[in-house]
Amino acid sequence: MKKEWPIWEVFIRSKNGLEHRHVGSLHAADETMAIENARDVYTRRQEGVSIWVVESKHITASNPDNNGEMFEPAKDKAYRHPTFYDLPVELKHM
Amino acid sequence: MSKLYDYLLLLGDSSMILGHRLSELCGHGPNLETDIALTNISLDLFGQVRNYFQYAAEMKGEEATEDSIAFLRLPHEYRNVLLAEQPNTDFAYIIARQFLFDAYHLPLMEALIESKDEQVAAIAHKSIKEVRYHLRFSSEWVKRLGDGTEVSHQKMQEAIDYLWPYTKELFEETPLEAAMKTEGIGADLNALKVKYDAHVQGVLAEATINIPETPFAHSGGKNGIHTEHLGFLLADLQYMQRAYPNMAW
Repeated sequence: MKKEWPIWEVFIRSKNGLEHRHVGSLHAADETMAIENARDVYTRRQEGVSIWVVESKHITASNPDNNGEMFEPAKDKAYRHPTFYDLPVELKHM
Repeated sequence: MSKLYDYLLLLGDSSMILGHRLSELCGHGPNLETDIALTNISLDLFGQVRNYFQYAAEMKGEEATEDSIAFLRLPHEYRNVLLAEQPNTDFAYIIARQFLFDAYHLPLMEALIESKDEQVAAIAHKSIKEVRYHLRFSSEWVKRLGDGTEVSHQKMQEAIDYLWPYTKELFEETPLEAAMKTEGIGADLNALKVKYDAHVQGVLAEATINIPETPFAHSGGKNGIHTEHLGFLLADLQYMQRAYPNMAW
């Protein structure tokens, strides 16, 4: 093969009602092949009911060099977690 | 043994021999994704074979098991179609062989879900979704290679030209298949051929592959007359059981 196939990111929904989650990546020549390869590589043990694929180059990622200003300021802001409310006892599954 | 027993072996043998051919590729596929895809197909076929042979072993009684049926017969006792035993010459041959077999296998399963034998109908019912995917996979690849680069087109055409003479046998009705059809257990091969032709012609046209015009055809597999390849394949397949009789994992 002169040219490598591009890389695709694979997202699987494990059952209806749940979200698609990233499970890994694979090589494929186009989207049809990417879906088929994802089916064979990632759902052979009943892992899913739906597959999304997206070519990796279409994903914009944050730069790890900027992790300091990106993520550290959130560290000391525990009050942003909604854990300071008293919930009524009737309210379940929160 | 009953005709149904022989028919189960005829059905199971093609899946087993093709499954074995695909299993030879485990770890040798052109890339990781295709390697897994071909091995998955192999495992699907072996699963189907187990169903046929477990049923056959039950019918035979005595000491018969799915394993004794699978491993302890002589080459002329295997009833697989010759197409299934053809070697893994290159990826185009592997795909062409799979495609031609799948295009026959799917209408066969569609016919057998109507079988009067409940067990045969149940096996076909369980297999049909697997086979539908096999056909989708192999058809997609025939189009990709046929309508791909100059080299891939040439290789696909060569593989189709080589394997084409083995396809006529798929629809040649043996006395056994005729009897099974009459009893409402087996499939009507003429009816399968109509679906087969429509699919194969459609995919090959899209793949820009010419349909070979050769009138020559090989046959014999369903009557136990095989190409030289089967002996070598069985030597490999049967080695453990022949060298260590009754060995188990």
